[in-house]
Amino acid sequence: MASNTIRPRAWIDGDIATLKMLITHPMETGRRKDKKSGKVIPAHFIETLKVEHNGQVVLDALLGPAVSKNPFIQCKFKGAKSKDALKISWIDNKGETDSKDAKIN
Amino acid sequence: MKRRTLLKGSLSAGVAGVAVAAGLLTPQMVMAAWPKAAFDAKAIDGAVSSLLGSSKLASSSDISIKAPPIAENGAVVNIAVSTKLKNVSSISILVEKNAQPLTSSFNLASVTEPFIKTRVKVAKTSSVIAVVKSGGKLFSAKREVKVTIGGCGG
Repeated sequence: MASNTIRPRAWIDGDIATLKMLITHPMETGRRKDKKSGKVIPAHFIETLKVEHNGQVVLDALLGPAVSKNPFIQCKFKGAKSKDALKISWIDNKGETDSKDAKIN
Repeated sequence: MKRRTLLKGSLSAGVAGVAVAAGLLTPQMVMAAWPKAAFDAKAIDGAVSSLLGSSKLASSSDISIKAPPIAENGAVVNIAVSTKLKNVSSISILVEKNAQPLTSSFNLASVTEPFIKTRVKVAKTSSVIAVVKSGGKLFSAKREVKVTIGGCGG
């Protein structure tokens, strides 16, 4: 289980919340070779990522290996207030997961 | 009591099964499974039809893609997609010349603004394609990103 990989930042502008998140993950495509050993580095990437606002899913993302290493995702949603609860979670192709609770600023 | 909850559980599972069989819900919606076939597809058409059920794309000037015209590092290319279209349920980002064009797809709730910003890998100079599902129809827009392998901006 991965831990502390999700770094979110969320703020309110009027009625709209903006959420930026940065996730620490190698996002290996399975096509790269290790320069020293010449062996293919196995694919290792986040497959699904979910953002919940007060328990409601606002973003359900499907990611592939072509998302850059240490993925960055920004989204916006309506009907949010300051101090509202956010939960961000991901699952990768090896079954590893992480989740993070955050509050809107 | 236990028997009752068991019965309820199996009943709702049965209903979901019927919905899947009737084609009302795709297994993806029920299980939130990762659509491997769409991500493995080698061409735009295959990826889009596998992911969204149709490859009929109407090009739309209401979709805006923000991307650098020249990316010195193809491993990290900032892409922002936004649209004026209404009732947007998903935004997908594809890179035409990548071995597997589909990079990511974002399912949006009704409260979610039709806006997504992320970073993707672009193997070589290629069009970046955004596919927006709006009111059950598919719309798309393109933008060219040049990748300079040398990294000297030339």
